Amino acid sequence: MTAPLANAIDTRRLAHAIRRHAVEMTHLGKSSHVGSVLSLADILGVLYGRVLALDPTAPKWPERDRFILSKGHAGAGVYAALAERGFMPVEQLRTHYQNGSKLSGHVSHKGVPGVEFSTGSLGHGLSVGAGMALAAKRQSKPFRVFVVLSDGECDEGSNWEAILFAAHHRLDNLVVAVDYNKIQSLAPVSETLALEPFADKWRAFGWHVAEVDGHDHDALLAALDVPSGARGKPSMVICHTVKGKGVSFMENQVLWHYRTPQGDEYRTACAELDAAKGQADA
Amino acid sequence: MRDAFIAELSALAEQDPSVVLITGDLGFGVLTDFAARFPDQFVNAGVAEQNMTGLACGLALEGHKVYTYSIGNFTTLRCLEQLRNDVCYHEANVTAVAVGGGFSYGQLGMSHFATEDLAILRALPGMTVIAPSDAWETRLLTRQMAALPGGKYLRLDKGAAGLPETPEDVTLGKIRQIRGGGDITLVTIGAILFEALAAADALAARGIAARILSVHTLKPLDAAPLLAAARETGAMLTVEEHSVVGGLAGAVAEACLLGGVAPKRFGAIGLADCYPTIVGDQNYLRTAYGMDAAAIERAALALMQGKEA
Repeated sequence: MTAPLANAIDTRRLAHAIRRHAVEMTHLGKSSHVGSVLSLADILGVLYGRVLALDPTAPKWPERDRFILSKGHAGAGVYAALAERGFMPVEQLRTHYQNGSKLSGHVSHKGVPGVEFSTGSLGHGLSVGAGMALAAKRQSKPFRVFVVLSDGECDEGSNWEAILFAAHHRLDNLVVAVDYNKIQSLAPVSETLALEPFADKWRAFGWHVAEVDGHDHDALLAALDVPSGARGKPSMVICHTVKGKGVSFMENQVLWHYRTPQGDEYRTACAELDAAKGQADA
Repeated sequence: MRDAFIAELSALAEQDPSVVLITGDLGFGVLTDFAARFPDQFVNAGVAEQNMTGLACGLALEGHKVYTYSIGNFTTLRCLEQLRNDVCYHEANVTAVAVGGGFSYGQLGMSHFATEDLAILRALPGMTVIAPSDAWETRLLTRQMAALPGGKYLRLDKGAAGLPETPEDVTLGKIRQIRGGGDITLVTIGAILFEALAAADALAARGIAARILSVHTLKPLDAAPLLAAARETGAMLTVEEHSVVGGLAGAVAEACLLGGVAPKRFGAIGLADCYPTIVGDQNYLRTAYGMDAAAIERAALALMQGKEA
């Protein structure tokens, strides 16, 4: 399938832009979840830069790959990716969280071209993605369905219903990634509801499982860009990530699930991200 | 009603390959023929109603017309947030079908009593809420519902009003006037219309003419006949095999007051704000919980005499 949107952009630049936007959006909106967006940024960069077949001039293009961010609290990352890929003006990102804005804290499709599905309550996206994948099978359509879950979200029982279903129906056009940053809302995952042995659980449920460094773009691309029908079973990519990745004082800190960057924190975060980009460009 | 629904759905499925029926592992014997005739349009999602409803939404967003099927609260309350966030917010063409409205499964206990579903489902923006009163009416409404977009709820009942077929009287979104009368109006939903008919006969024997309005479409609610009844009759009494909180009683009261016509007197027959703790067949429980014909008659007389219903 040839996508109308050229998929050969520098995914690292895209991931940086997503991070930079996320810090600014959460700063301006005094909003939460910047750590969740930063851990997800490389996954989004690879998906929106290289993997997803999309068309910003026709967001509902029937052959597009479907992408659902089930961890809807990191919606700022999706808005940023869509803006960078031409679905909306980049300036619109500054309305995030503001009175009257369509860019809600949890990702919403209403009036936002390119958002496939609205989430925010955890444990919804995978079932809907499974339905879309089943529809593609029934209609012999080549599109793929990508769903990103958070690790804490895997506490929700509805996911495990969907995990059973997708394997039973051999939905090999469904690719799920978990942003496994090991920290949920109040405490580490291991201290809240332990997921380990996580990969074994998915394998036991009948999924193909890959484990990658969720900040390694080559590894992400290889694991995520699975052609429809390649494996005869749904694919899970466990992405080992760092919450708050890219801003030293946010990394691996529970605090930055909810805290909003202000004052010196905001300026330092921007400076660190820009310095890292400068080094990469050099 | 259940068989009538499946028969009509089979006719729809035959005409339209985008029709898909998903069961939550219920419907033994009832769905067998559908599954055999339309294997590509039938999915047993297992005992997993949240996933069933989410995947129904995913299928619907890809152009399917999806029906989820189970008993009572399993297609509604168990997966309420999937109906709200996934189906209704996304305007997905999904019909949640609940067999066992009210006390249909009266011996199975409170888990299987659907007695808050109407109140809760009608609160969802964009949700169409339908409760037929007879098998033939179920067929007609199933067909009419199929033409509607968005989230829909079809509540099926084991009982039946027992009225002869008058298909010209059944239009989705329009209240069906069953009888004329100027003294009091009985407003009913679903098969408990049977009890209201018997109560109206008993009232007629006392010289009281009861108008009967059957509200098969609770949402969107057809306000005009309710306002007319509030204006023209001396009292209004709602009758539902459902909690008196927020269902038909609430909907009718809201419609009248918001429409600027307060009923002269108003009463509500239904389940008091409680969970039943005994079991029995549907008729037994209607009597036990004060919603059979005799209870309706008593309440109507009391209401007309100015006493609390």
